[in-house]
Amino acid sequence: MASTLLPEIIARHENELLAEWLRLQNATLTSRRDRTSETQLRANAKDFLRGLSTALSKGAGTDVETPAWSEVRQLLTDFSRERVAQGFTPSETATFVLSFKQPLFAEIGTEFAMDPKSLQAELWLLTETLDKLGLYTFESFLKSRESVILRQQQEMMELSTPVVELWTGVLALPVIGTLDSQRTQIVMQSLLEAIVEKSADLAIIDITGVPTVDTLVAQHLLKTVAAARLMGADCIISGIRPQIAQTIIHLGVDLAGVLTKATLADAFKLALQKKKLTVTTIQKS
Amino acid sequence: MVVKKVEMRLTAQQDVVAVRQATRSLAVEIGLSIVDQTKVVTAASELARNTVTYGGGGLATLEILTETAKQGLRLTFEDQGPGIPDIDRAMQDGYTSGNGLGLGLGGAKRLSSEFSLHSEPGAGTRVVITRWKG
Amino acid sequence: MDRIPILKIGSLLLVTIQVDMHDQLALTLQDDLTARIVRDHAHGVLIDISALDIVDSFIGRMLGNIAGMARILDSQTVVVGMQPSVAITLVELGLSLPGIRTALNVERGMEMLQAEMEADGGADGREKG
Repeated sequence: MASTLLPEIIARHENELLAEWLRLQNATLTSRRDRTSETQLRANAKDFLRGLSTALSKGAGTDVETPAWSEVRQLLTDFSRERVAQGFTPSETATFVLSFKQPLFAEIGTEFAMDPKSLQAELWLLTETLDKLGLYTFESFLKSRESVILRQQQEMMELSTPVVELWTGVLALPVIGTLDSQRTQIVMQSLLEAIVEKSADLAIIDITGVPTVDTLVAQHLLKTVAAARLMGADCIISGIRPQIAQTIIHLGVDLAGVLTKATLADAFKLALQKKKLTVTTIQKS
Repeated sequence: MVVKKVEMRLTAQQDVVAVRQATRSLAVEIGLSIVDQTKVVTAASELARNTVTYGGGGLATLEILTETAKQGLRLTFEDQGPGIPDIDRAMQDGYTSGNGLGLGLGGAKRLSSEFSLHSEPGAGTRVVITRWKG
Repeated sequence: MDRIPILKIGSLLLVTIQVDMHDQLALTLQDDLTARIVRDHAHGVLIDISALDIVDSFIGRMLGNIAGMARILDSQTVVVGMQPSVAITLVELGLSLPGIRTALNVERGMEMLQAEMEADGGADGREKG
């Protein structure tokens, strides 16, 4: 691998490179100027230039996945994470790396004006490297954003499965929205923990708000009922709409031994019966 | 990549309890949810017991694994015992009928993210289960 | 050898499992309970597993055996206080603990057994399996 003069060029012209880079950044991101201080930007840029320079001086090639580039990668990952939090777009974030091309090309052009062969080699090295680092930044950004979304989804799931105590010892779990594997597990756990917490021996799982039930969801519901029973509580599944009832039959799911009611009201009535309670009208005297 | 490794000799019943507790401790260390902790400790209990009862004693190796996006717990149970003659049957044995002398293999598999079993009559048995976090 | 203590309350026997049991301890408990049911003419056995954070197939079988032997001796068994993660794991394992009644806690378990004894085997028992 031929050695490169890039590290030396970067070291010699650091200030000019940074100034030019900053000018380009500000030009493309005018509306975002308030989102990040210029000092911060300059510091980030300086770190990146230095990292780039160090990696290249160690003979790192254009494969940015190699250990030689690990410090630069870490820098870019941290940078992307910050940008996600600040609300930048993936392109804006990748521009951080890509806008180094212009100033660096300019310097190299000047430096190797008399030596076209070296010029070509250095330009190629630089383009390849910066493109790949730019792409890496883009992907880092996406990964960061995905994990933020996942975390938010988790929080939403936990919020959207409240367990309500309808009466002493009678819980209701109104399930809203689609039930996927992960959500069902959370729902299951919330219900079982509530059963212990409230010493409730009756739990009504209402699925009026669940649009579709497939085999997996049905199985999860049955597992929840079985687990509750092992703990000493009974479950009633309510809110089974005609379409869902049909689906369950078609799927061949066996609901034997599981109490079901069409509506939450019916389920509540049944719960009261089981508790040997009744509702009466107050007589006028 | 293995970041932590614990080896435990399995000869007597008390060792099964020790494996349960060690597994629980590692499961807590990598932050498994309480349900996943229970699953991996239960699976470990089944397999450790098999090693002591049917394998004539052996070795349990508990490892914490770290990969790019995930962490996990890998448990290996090895013995130089008689081996399992009919693996398919052993995997089905006991559970769904709710009775009988199930070797707990099917159960251990159901409770784990990954499961592998190597056994040959006369050449011992090696079961490896992994529980990934998340 | 250590043993798990068995308490007599009226005609009920109460067992609280608070240790991580090794197999021999579980088998000893089985034997002890059976002997006590006969000796004390007990009509109910209450097993409190609220401190158990795992129930594997061996313990599951032990509970089943206790319930089975108790029934032969004209006694009812109720297992109380199962933790949620244990319940979920048992369901995943496919262990349904047939023939074992369950309740949320000791209090409810006792109510269940009293009702059983008064009604003399009637009522809507929560039989499993």
